[in-house]
Amino acid sequence: MDIAVLIKQVPDTYGERRLHETDWSLDRAATDAVIDEIDTRGVELALTLTEQHGGEVTAVTMGPDGATDALRKALAMGAAKAVHITDPALAGSDAVATSAVLAAALRQLDVDLIVTGNESTDGRSAAVPAMLAERLGLPAVTSVRALTVDGDTLTAERVVEGGWARIQAPLPAVVSVNEKIAEPRYPNFKGIMSAKKKPVTTLTLADLGVDADRVGAAGSATRAVDGAPRPPRTGGHTITDDGSAGAQAARYLIERKVL
Amino acid sequence: MPQALVLAVTADGALRPVTAELLAAAARVGDPAAVLVCDPAERDTLVTALGAAGATTVLVAAPPAGAPLLTGELAALTAAVTATGDVSAVLIESTFDGRELAGRLAVRLDSGVLAESTDVELLDGQVVVTQPAFGGAYSVRWTTTRGVPVITWRGNSIEDTAAPADAPAVVELTVEAPAPAPTVLEEHHEPVGDRPELTAASVVVSGGRGVGSAEKFTVVEQLADTVGGAVGASRAAVDAGFYPAQFQVGQTGTSVSPQVYIALGISGAIQHRAGMQTSKTIVAVNKDPDAPIFEIADFGVVGDLFTVAPQLTEALAER
Repeated sequence: MDIAVLIKQVPDTYGERRLHETDWSLDRAATDAVIDEIDTRGVELALTLTEQHGGEVTAVTMGPDGATDALRKALAMGAAKAVHITDPALAGSDAVATSAVLAAALRQLDVDLIVTGNESTDGRSAAVPAMLAERLGLPAVTSVRALTVDGDTLTAERVVEGGWARIQAPLPAVVSVNEKIAEPRYPNFKGIMSAKKKPVTTLTLADLGVDADRVGAAGSATRAVDGAPRPPRTGGHTITDDGSAGAQAARYLIERKVL
Repeated sequence: MPQALVLAVTADGALRPVTAELLAAAARVGDPAAVLVCDPAERDTLVTALGAAGATTVLVAAPPAGAPLLTGELAALTAAVTATGDVSAVLIESTFDGRELAGRLAVRLDSGVLAESTDVELLDGQVVVTQPAFGGAYSVRWTTTRGVPVITWRGNSIEDTAAPADAPAVVELTVEAPAPAPTVLEEHHEPVGDRPELTAASVVVSGGRGVGSAEKFTVVEQLADTVGGAVGASRAAVDAGFYPAQFQVGQTGTSVSPQVYIALGISGAIQHRAGMQTSKTIVAVNKDPDAPIFEIADFGVVGDLFTVAPQLTEALAER
């Protein structure tokens, strides 16, 4: 089975992430850009499935030129090839616009399974996997912590608030994985070296046949009106327990009428 | 006035509290109407409850046969938008299911998802939402430029209620699940007992690596139960197997914004803070005086959580 894994390059969550205070878009220069951790778990699932069932893994990303670093990470882990969708007109695309572009690329790839992270650490709308499924006419199984494939059918454990369910769906399908799905393998030296030689196809909007008027900040259906940095939260007072700190904490909460 | 549609959230034949909040938010941008997918046996009770919560119209559909995952709700929402005609917005609770439905619906309507909204208003006739970014480091207002905006709403964000409607108009929707749909083979509800859900709780008590074991999480649970709060866990505690993953608070878990957040044995890594730093009041107990959680705690205690938390529990129980 051939699998496409979607990769996103995001600001490192260990850094102080910023928005541009002009249009409230992501300030990519403020923080190191890294492959979103959840996507490495998606790559791991895809590699495990192709090891069991044959086929190859294609890593797909949409992003600026530097996003190839994230693809190289996936290639070093073992993906066979990569697709990098990049076009100046894409900057500022919202989730709906992004899904139109990714869907166009995925139609060209014609895979049996599309694997994504359940939500990116920067956008956090968690909407793109379902949007892709909608555009491609496929079933979606999101927030998956375990998945097996038997013939043309996948069975997955889907975790939601307050419980989980066992879900069955026909292939092809879109699945989004949560952080319990698998521990990503570390690329070894051989993997890192071979990643440099693996094919990375660059696609533009024209290559995909996507209308430039429907993407980017101008073509997206959502627009930031205004924004503000929240004043940084400052600590109140901290005491060292002298044997009465629990009672003092209770008094603090009761006096402030918050409990 | 255009209608603002809300997907009713139910459990065991009753409305979940977030439904009333969604209707209150909807009332700010239109005439609040509810889309209800339910067993026909439960429907009269639920329609009455929706009216009491402010729905002037209820668009009802029976779930399609064969337990298809979410496709009944999606079809009902789509049919409801078509049947209503003049729709100012669709509001859906921001859960795993809700965000998936919102994504599919926005594609169908060729509009946009206004995600993780905590406030909504009409500004010059436009629906505008407020969204916290990067765990509350920023607050950005968003609107849509075409189509019906699909809003995913973070529960526990506003406190107003919609005016009750005595006898809501009922509109029948007919929905069928499209093939190929995923099917639900079995469902497991994790026992949360009488505790509120993380996103709905006004108090959240979370334990971290410092709790030390799954058994010792009872100290967290006892404090939560004393104040009617939900129990959360840091990623470190979940990864160590102390507490189930669905209770994880933080960047890779649930984001919460309760009135009071009590962090026990949590160092406060930036990923954790991103999921709780918009809480109104934060209390933290940690052995390490340099733990970053103290940088954002309103009341911090450097000490052993196993002496501080039981004392806090006892003092609050006596109140």
